[in-house]
Amino acid sequence: MTRGAKVRETGAEARALDDGGGAHVMSWVIAIMLFLTLLAGAAGLATARAAGALDRQMAGRLTVQIVEGEAQRRDAAAAQVLAVLRTQSDVARATPVAQADLARMLQPWLGDDAEAAGLPVPALIDVDLTSDDSAAIARVRSAVTRASPAARVDAHATWLGPVGRLLDTAAWLAGAIILLMLAATTAVVMLAARAGLEAHRGTIEVIHMLGATDRQVARLFQRRIALDAGIGAVAGGVLAGGAILLIAGQVGALDSELLGGMRLGPLDMGALVALPFGFVLLAVVAARLAVLRQMRRML
Amino acid sequence: MANIVQFENVGLRYGVGEETLCDVSFTLRSGQFYFLTGASGAGKTSLLRLLYLSQRPSRGIIRLFGEDAVILPRGRLPGFRRRIGVVFQDFRLIPHLSAADNIALPLRVAGMAESEIARAVREMLNWIGLAERAGARPATLSGGEQQRVAIARAVIARPELLVADEPTGNVDPAMAERLLHLFQSLHRLGTTVVMATHDWHLIERVPGAHHLHLEHGRLVDPDPPMPPPAEARASTIVRSGL
Repeated sequence: MTRGAKVRETGAEARALDDGGGAHVMSWVIAIMLFLTLLAGAAGLATARAAGALDRQMAGRLTVQIVEGEAQRRDAAAAQVLAVLRTQSDVARATPVAQADLARMLQPWLGDDAEAAGLPVPALIDVDLTSDDSAAIARVRSAVTRASPAARVDAHATWLGPVGRLLDTAAWLAGAIILLMLAATTAVVMLAARAGLEAHRGTIEVIHMLGATDRQVARLFQRRIALDAGIGAVAGGVLAGGAILLIAGQVGALDSELLGGMRLGPLDMGALVALPFGFVLLAVVAARLAVLRQMRRML
Repeated sequence: MANIVQFENVGLRYGVGEETLCDVSFTLRSGQFYFLTGASGAGKTSLLRLLYLSQRPSRGIIRLFGEDAVILPRGRLPGFRRRIGVVFQDFRLIPHLSAADNIALPLRVAGMAESEIARAVREMLNWIGLAERAGARPATLSGGEQQRVAIARAVIARPELLVADEPTGNVDPAMAERLLHLFQSLHRLGTTVVMATHDWHLIERVPGAHHLHLEHGRLVDPDPPMPPPAEARASTIVRSGL
């Protein structure tokens, strides 16, 4: 026998199943599924990161407004409130917002000469609490209103809460999409394995009659599916990786405080890198289960 | 001489129709050569399917290699099948594998090392005269060549029982005789051979062979009897109770 024939023999068991005319269909399916799953995963993780960052920003933070039309009375009240805040054990830090900063923030709406025009501008004090429990907020609110009836206390959690809940919902939705994609991939692989069994019924029957066990037959399909899924995983992973990097670059360029929290950490990246391997493993296990179940129907 | 196969009142029914095999009882002794004859539709292929464990009977007892094959757990069937070589009527070669790869399949299924497989396949290809066609796919082989590959695949693992369904049905008389010699060679090595055939001339050429004859799913005395002189060429039917 020629050397070439020997080489062909060595790979024969793996080639006992030809492609049945469906070459690389599974690769395409896996590539598309993985691409979408990776995007959903990256979006979900980034959104969860942003929600976490927002939570940290909101937790235990207050803004005290002194709403007083007359500037002198406003400044006096602000000083009094600031003094009271700094005596509170619940307050970690109380920082007055400089009027110049406030004028700069209002400049797009009120123009450059708002104060000169007699428009009432409140005094603001940023407050960081030592804890974010509602009792601490209530105590501080009480102390502030006692110090000045013109003072209003806004807890950041009150007005940024809906945004945080929206981000949380988006993150959970991304998780649900990933689960659905995994379920769909499993179903597709099982269907493909069953179709493969049908397409190769003649070959399988012969191998079966030669004494092959169910596990040996399943291994033939596992190899085939693993190869196709591996090719698909590489293609889908590379495409999704490129897309994620592109979007990450664009988000970074926005210089947004909220979107800035959407950075993927090493653990997130690790989870995303593990997804293609998980897909291949899932495909192999699904194919094995499908083939073994079908084989049990044969004698 | 040990009994390798024993059928007792075996019946086989497909679906709800009449029984394809009815009250079939016989014994195959180890190392013997058996011919199975009968008209088309008599049940030869069904009986062979029961022999190579492709089918379970509807009733009756089948003992194979000393064990009850009817109640044999499914997980043990592969081990039994590896002891049986089968030549299918339609060859059933795997079309995308070469002749050598087709022949090697039983050894690969059995988990033999590739170096040993290569040697065994080489010997087998020489034995069937197809060494030059080792890499050829079945579609490029003639009917006779495919037949020889199918036989080589059936015998390469040295089965204890060889079951052949019309193995000479598609070849010319000279090739049929050559193939018969292959079976006889294996028989001389101790394999029990069961060959379904319509070819009485072939039966004549195997002195000492036994004869099973099926008619309408029942095992009957051969009619016409074995070609004369019957006592010199073949024994009478070997059936349980006879």
